[in-house]
Amino acid sequence: MRPASPWRRIMAQAERRLPSLTRLRAREPLPIVLTRRRIYIVPTAFGVGFTVLLGVMLIGALNYANNAALMLSCLLGAASAGSMLVAFRVLNGLTIGTLRSDSAVAGKPIRISLDVSSSDSARQGVHLEIGARILGAQVPSRGATTLEFELPTEFRGWLTLPRMRIFTTWPLGMFRAWSWLSPDHPVLVYPRPEVFGPPPFEPQGDADRGRPRQGDELAALRDYRPGDPRRHIAWKLSARHHGLLVKDLEQPAPQHDWRLAWDSIRNLDSESRIARLARWIDEAHQSGRRWSLQLPDGYFDIAQGDEHYHRCMTALALQP
Amino acid sequence: MTGFRLSLKSRVAPGQPRLDTRSFDLVCLTMAAVLASHAMHLPWWLTLVLGVILALRWHQRRTNGRPVSAWLKLPLIALLISSIVATYGSIFGRDPGSAFAVGLLVLKLLESEHARDARVSIAFACFALMSALLFDQSMLATAWVALSLVPALAALRSLESARDEPRRISGEFRAPLLMLALSIPLALFAFLFVPRLSSPLWGAPSNTQSTTGLSNRMAPGEMTDLLTDDTPAMRVTFDGGLMPDRPQRYFRAYVLWKFDGKEWSEGAAPMRSTADTLQPSLTISYEISLEATHERVMPVLDMPVAPPDDARMSADRTVTARRRMDDTTRYRVVSSPQYRLDVDLPQEVRDRALRLPDNVGPKARALAASWRAKEGSDDGAVALAALALFRNGGFSYTLAPAPLGTDRIDDFLFGTHEGYCEHYASSFTFLMRAAGIPARVVTGYQGGYWNSLGNYLLVRQSDAHAWSEIWLEGRGWVRYDPTGAVRPQRVNQAGASAAQPGQDTFGGQWLRDVRNRLDIVNQWWGRGVIGFDAFRQRGLLRPFGVENADIGKLSLILVAGCSLLVAIALAWALFRPRDGDALDRTMRRLESKLARAGIKRRTSEGPRHFFARAARALPAQREALEELSRRYLRLRYGSDKPPPEPLREFSGKVREFTTRRVVK
Repeated sequence: MRPASPWRRIMAQAERRLPSLTRLRAREPLPIVLTRRRIYIVPTAFGVGFTVLLGVMLIGALNYANNAALMLSCLLGAASAGSMLVAFRVLNGLTIGTLRSDSAVAGKPIRISLDVSSSDSARQGVHLEIGARILGAQVPSRGATTLEFELPTEFRGWLTLPRMRIFTTWPLGMFRAWSWLSPDHPVLVYPRPEVFGPPPFEPQGDADRGRPRQGDELAALRDYRPGDPRRHIAWKLSARHHGLLVKDLEQPAPQHDWRLAWDSIRNLDSESRIARLARWIDEAHQSGRRWSLQLPDGYFDIAQGDEHYHRCMTALALQP
Repeated sequence: MTGFRLSLKSRVAPGQPRLDTRSFDLVCLTMAAVLASHAMHLPWWLTLVLGVILALRWHQRRTNGRPVSAWLKLPLIALLISSIVATYGSIFGRDPGSAFAVGLLVLKLLESEHARDARVSIAFACFALMSALLFDQSMLATAWVALSLVPALAALRSLESARDEPRRISGEFRAPLLMLALSIPLALFAFLFVPRLSSPLWGAPSNTQSTTGLSNRMAPGEMTDLLTDDTPAMRVTFDGGLMPDRPQRYFRAYVLWKFDGKEWSEGAAPMRSTADTLQPSLTISYEISLEATHERVMPVLDMPVAPPDDARMSADRTVTARRRMDDTTRYRVVSSPQYRLDVDLPQEVRDRALRLPDNVGPKARALAASWRAKEGSDDGAVALAALALFRNGGFSYTLAPAPLGTDRIDDFLFGTHEGYCEHYASSFTFLMRAAGIPARVVTGYQGGYWNSLGNYLLVRQSDAHAWSEIWLEGRGWVRYDPTGAVRPQRVNQAGASAAQPGQDTFGGQWLRDVRNRLDIVNQWWGRGVIGFDAFRQRGLLRPFGVENADIGKLSLILVAGCSLLVAIALAWALFRPRDGDALDRTMRRLESKLARAGIKRRTSEGPRHFFARAARALPAQREALEELSRRYLRLRYGSDKPPPEPLREFSGKVREFTTRRVVK
């Protein structure tokens, strides 16, 4: 991040004081279609300099009564003015369709992708400014392009996106057309798991511990041994080999289901409880365990897999 | 050695993206165009060196792409400045200034590594391109400069694009070309109505550039440059198509009286005017558009009746303007091909027309005396004898005659026998004076090319000519063209082609024809663009009833017209074709009708669901909505393309549909 320059400070102050500058700061639902009401255009520094130069050329041509130079100055001026309209047309009608985010835990950057689409012509030189970062893109004709960026996260829960600016200096870099984007689309940040802590309480002494069990998932392929059940033979794969191959569906003993409960953690404040539960869920999810989660405002029954994980983490993230 | 390091690193933020190859190529191309547009007036070695530097830098960045060391850049700049000062004597002024600017632009490439450098270079390249027009604002130069804007704009454009796939370089030029083409209407309008200054804001440099043209003296070899110069000198439009025949098209510019043995010059102050001797029986009125001569004399057809406005006519009927003609000048004159001038020759004039320097041309004087002795007092017969000498004495017409010795007259008449109009006019006049006949040399133009497309006579510098006028008793001054006696083609054809009969082949003739025809474009350019000054701008609105458009009116029109054009462009910018086919449009109309009633279709809502919801919200229109829903679904999903007849019915139903309660 660049340090806040005085100019930025003044701008920030002006925005606080003048609500009209910020009328598009209100959150708006996706999709956002950029229209002429919300596209602003100002000349860039280069544009201002070039205009001054054009003025000098014009006055020089007039002074020397040189009509050829005057005509060329007019031509260049008209082309520059036209480039303003082209810049406007780059943004006009652009649609910010959908916004997706990966899951991320607090403290780690969250990856966000934004779809920008055009219903008619191709748009070149579209840039998206988030904070101090600028992403460039090209939107194909009647198509969409995806802009991906990462945002730093700090706390669990809903993260409102910072105000973004979509801008272009296409085609000549003399004018900058821009529009503010503040999509009403917060992204969820999962709680940060604690770094270490005790494992959850686990009921001990189950009888069938360590016994191989047939699972549902394919573990490996091995050569046929007499006595293997016929339905375990991988017929199709065996056809390409000399011998028969058998699908080995055996799995090591499953770990015990974890029954994670808010109330089972004592003597801790709620943030620490959330952090601990998050760590347990993480561990359980990574080791393929099944778990259930008991929270003050809900209960998630024993299950496993990504969906269960996300459901539990969402609930944790949104704990008051 | 202490750690002295030359650090002239560019102060661009490190975040600035580095120029990619394509952008750099385009910047190089722009600079090459700038160099080419200035090449005509830069010293040839400077053009060459800068071109080589440009090419080397281009190649260097392509191959290894390292930044150029300051140890190379600084001496080059010092070298540039010193060489310009050595050549021009100063660094200020139009010529050294533009040479300096072009040199700096090319050297700027050595340190162009970032987008910002490239932008600055391009902006100043545009400026340098304009300044090239200060030297030459012909149509060709202007077109070249306009074309050079294309790589400049393409370079700016390539700096903006997020390029990922390599593109063909020719593809870079299409968009800027289109952009320039589209901005022509606005540019043209602004050009017409930007108020011109009636007097310059600051001292406009006097155009001291030497142009070839007739001069008020005739020295040997002086006209050779002129006779091979194909630039247009003037264009003549005759009123009513009344035009003298080709052998009669003599345009007088200077009358030269004084001969010092080497060159002819105008001589002393204007003489006493002898009016009332001209007897115009047939007049030709015409308008001449004279290219800038930076002189005052105005060539006019033989023989002018009265001077044009803002000019005066001396006794020998040379016409001079009141001011030097630094721009294309147009003037109207009336001439008469039949005249009697100075029938009573004043003694003072006669003396001047007979004066000869001593010690020059003794053989010529003897020859003249022999003619006089033979013909007696018949001046006309003496003149014919001289013409007969030129015709039959082995004389030839050439633009590259052998050099003459100290006595130019005798050397030519009795030695080399070859030369062009200048030699013939000079020696003929000498012979006449030697024979006691008052004579003078006249220079001007003869001939010209008739452009039937534009109905005007194009006279080139190569049509420059010199002839004689001798004074005959009872007839006054009579034109004698001795060159015509040697080579009648000179009078019937152009000078250069008369000199080289061998080269007058089909190809050369064809090329000359094309060039002569193309001259109409040049004339149009000169008249319509270069000559469009404050005066003509004021007359611009005369057809619309505005008699004298002053700056206020012009500015008003400029602003109004530019606003109108910008509004048109804005309409184009705001216009977005509605997507979808006719059915979509009809459906959208229905949606907006329902939206007004408070039933807004959600983004994720399908048509069936939407219609059902609308029917629930508007029970009174339930049947109509169900009908519409059925029709829409059939149209949309029944076939690939909605059939026209049911579509028309559907849009009719949509038009009839109203959310208000129908009162029956």
